[in-house]
Amino acid sequence: MNVTLGHYLTLGAILFSLSVIGIFLNRKNLIVLLMAIELMLLAVNINFVAFSHYLGDIHGQIFVFFILTVAAAESAIGLAILVLLFRNRASVQADELNALKG
Amino acid sequence: MDITSIFFYIFSAVMLFAAFKVITSRNPVHSALYLVLCFFQASAIWMLLQAEFLSITLILVYVGAVMVLFLFVVMMLDINIEAMRKGFWSHFPLAASIGAVLALELASVLLGGFRLTQAPATAVMPEGQQYSNTKELGVVLYTEYLYPLEIAAVILLVAIVAAIALTLRERKDSKAQNPSDQVRVKAADRIQLVKMAPVHQPLSTEAEEGKAP
Amino acid sequence: MNTTLQASTLLTIALAPLAGSMLAGIFGTALGGAWMGRKLSHGLTILGVLVSFVLSAQTLVQVVQEGARFNETIYTWMVVGGLKMEVGFLVDGLSAMMMCVVTFVSLMVHIYTIGYMEEDEGYNRFFAYISLFTFAMLMLVMSNNLLQLFFGWEAVGLVSYLLIGFWFNKPSAVFANMKAFLVNRVGDFGFILGIGLIAAYAGSLNYTEVFAKTTDLGALTLPGTSWMLVTVICICLFIGAMGKSAQFPLHVWLPDSMEGPTPISALIHAATMVTAGIFMVARMSPLFELSDTALNLIMVVGSITALFMGFLGIVQNDIKRVVAYSTLSQLGYMTVALGASAYSVAVFHLMTHAFFKALLFLAAGSVIMGMHHNQDIRYMGGVRKYMPITWITSLLGSLALIGTPLFSGFYSKDSIIEAVARSNLPASGWAYFAVMAGVFITAFYSFRMYFLVFHGKERFDQNPESHHGHDDHHAPHESPWVVTLPLVLLAIPSVLIGYFTIEPMLYGDFFKDAIYVNTDLHPAIRELQEEFHGALAMALHSLSSVPLLLAMSGLTLSYYMYMVNPALPAAILRTFAPLHTLLLNKYYLDDFNEKVLARGSRALASVLWKRGDQGLIDGLLVNGSWKVVALVSRLSRQLQTGFLYHYALVMILGMFGLITWFVWLNP
Repeated sequence: MNVTLGHYLTLGAILFSLSVIGIFLNRKNLIVLLMAIELMLLAVNINFVAFSHYLGDIHGQIFVFFILTVAAAESAIGLAILVLLFRNRASVQADELNALKG
Repeated sequence: MDITSIFFYIFSAVMLFAAFKVITSRNPVHSALYLVLCFFQASAIWMLLQAEFLSITLILVYVGAVMVLFLFVVMMLDINIEAMRKGFWSHFPLAASIGAVLALELASVLLGGFRLTQAPATAVMPEGQQYSNTKELGVVLYTEYLYPLEIAAVILLVAIVAAIALTLRERKDSKAQNPSDQVRVKAADRIQLVKMAPVHQPLSTEAEEGKAP
Repeated sequence: MNTTLQASTLLTIALAPLAGSMLAGIFGTALGGAWMGRKLSHGLTILGVLVSFVLSAQTLVQVVQEGARFNETIYTWMVVGGLKMEVGFLVDGLSAMMMCVVTFVSLMVHIYTIGYMEEDEGYNRFFAYISLFTFAMLMLVMSNNLLQLFFGWEAVGLVSYLLIGFWFNKPSAVFANMKAFLVNRVGDFGFILGIGLIAAYAGSLNYTEVFAKTTDLGALTLPGTSWMLVTVICICLFIGAMGKSAQFPLHVWLPDSMEGPTPISALIHAATMVTAGIFMVARMSPLFELSDTALNLIMVVGSITALFMGFLGIVQNDIKRVVAYSTLSQLGYMTVALGASAYSVAVFHLMTHAFFKALLFLAAGSVIMGMHHNQDIRYMGGVRKYMPITWITSLLGSLALIGTPLFSGFYSKDSIIEAVARSNLPASGWAYFAVMAGVFITAFYSFRMYFLVFHGKERFDQNPESHHGHDDHHAPHESPWVVTLPLVLLAIPSVLIGYFTIEPMLYGDFFKDAIYVNTDLHPAIRELQEEFHGALAMALHSLSSVPLLLAMSGLTLSYYMYMVNPALPAAILRTFAPLHTLLLNKYYLDDFNEKVLARGSRALASVLWKRGDQGLIDGLLVNGSWKVVALVSRLSRQLQTGFLYHYALVMILGMFGLITWFVWLNP
């Protein structure tokens, strides 16, 4: 059968839910958490590109362009914070980080 | 079933497998590598969707820079894996069910809504000419989206500055001076007068006068 | 209404004593450097009161002979929502007479004080106070509106407080002045309500304007009830009079006020301040005539006071307290006359009483001075040999008090008795009995005091609290002329003034435009007028009347009990011991006030403080509000675990919920 837009969107959806599961499972491991976020962003990007292709509108790809930019910046800073955290706490375990407890 | 669909299914399967391994891998280095695989597959899928520029950009920027950064960090930090994996599989059923429901809901909406869309509308693309995806992107980007482009550049600059500012460690043996501190110094910071008893007694005045010519 | 009086004269009358008071009070005391000596102090204040008296007398002459009147506003203080608050004077027969009485008695007391307070440190302060009192009382009687009346009312109350507690280091004096002020305050509460009602319904506080509206007011009832408005107003105003004029049950402060020096007992608590209530009711006669209920109440209260205070006067051993209870009783008489709608008779008795009661107080003070400040009449006796002037004037005063024919007290008292007899109010039966019995009682205690002090054996040595332990000669000597001159000057009107003024005052035009009587409803005064055939005829007629008989029998009985058979009183006391105890404890009213009312109020306040303020407001509202906040924040704080994955989890669940809602629940 033909691959329709729906297939691509479903792919994105499954990828998204996989990353949600990933966050849920790896709540203690900050690095994998960040990777799961990258997966989420990837899923969204796939959606955008699929829409751009099937609707013939280039603007979807423009948006992906910007998402890529911002995602890059965000992971850079996120990892910098992670490094700093490790420097101070000697671990990246999330359940040791409760200094903001109300 | 044409070749495009077959490629689509192959790439999707690998991508989903890689994604699964990202989140369930024991070793974070493995997770990172699986993520790289995932991105490669995504790039291939985008190529199928005739978005060449973005798929190459994904490899160059994302895999080449961001994932390499991830690998650096993962390998630099000495992480205790075992402690983090505690309680992993006990949460798996709940997580899996939530994820499954999520996926089904999304799928039902998306498939149901967009089944009608068939093959890509070819009227948009001028067949005869040389259609360059890059050129199309560039045209729109530098006219309609010029301002967001500049903003994106600024965001990247901010990211650079922030990352450096966060993690900068000064050299302990630096001999750099701080002029404002130098100017603000007070006499009391540098010198302290202490009254002490004399070691030798002062000479008497008669003897003094006697000595003086 | 031929001529109008000058405003400047009236202002001088009111302000001259004030000036004297301020000068003596500021520069004669530590306030202003105390550089004014005693002579200058008393000179200035006496000058002030003398000027006031002379001008008042002149005003009275003008009022009587030329029919001069004055009714104007001098100064408008403020206008609040249509209600004018002003300072103004109303001078007619009533106020002119009061002005003369007040300034004359005040002048006598000022002169007397030179001798009485000679050894006292607070000499200048005392003169300042009594001049200040004169100013306040003059403002009261000269006012043409209720606000100024109230100002004078409160001011005399204040000065009374200052003077009763003049010797402020004495605890009993301080207790007495607080008591006087607080009991007065109870009366003032009613008074203010009455004034407020008048202001609300008549829209003005000015006498003329209010009296112009009496017919309208007479038709109104108090909203929400079926009571006549005038009745409520009059009862409220009378409650004020009860406080100031010491009627039962607000009389309890007057005997205690004897803690103050004798001159002020004469000035304030006999002649002037306590008569302010009587004056006020007489002034408001157009209102009172509209309410029979109020008049009945007035008569009942007055008659109770007249009789029962007389009983208490029989058992007193302090010379000043005897005269104090006599004052209370006579105030009761005046009140009864007011109830019988014989306002002019009440005011007439006010005037004569002012003279002979001030005389009796000052004479008592003279005796106290002679007895080296012993006040107990059980340890006096035979004083007439040593203090002749005091003796004679005392005798004249006492004769006037009991109603001896031709003396001024006779005319006023008998007029009251006759007026009550002819009153058609339901309470007049009991009131007539009370005032008649009171004649006997009055004669008895007055002459009991007289005989025990001036006659009989000398009992000075029997005093256990004698100040002089060494054998200083105890025999008293006559007081200096500054003390005896006022006695003589007061004795003259005590004897003569009744005879000459009864006709114009009661049956003439003297009070014509000042006092209003509805003679159709309350015919007492009209019937009296019909039966009056001149002062002499009245005196002669009385020889065969019951009151004189009662007075004479009272005198005779006291003569018998204290001169002829001195052992009899003790025997009677033993027989009627419970009755004696009741009288000694003043009918337990003081105990009631202290134990029930005062303690009850404090207990109520304590409960309101502990349960209401601390428990309810502080505990529930104030503390409760922050406790609620703390509770809510404690519960909310549990969301802030500090763990990143909790937050992420919450986000995911939220997103999940939203998606579910969009897919399933959103049609």
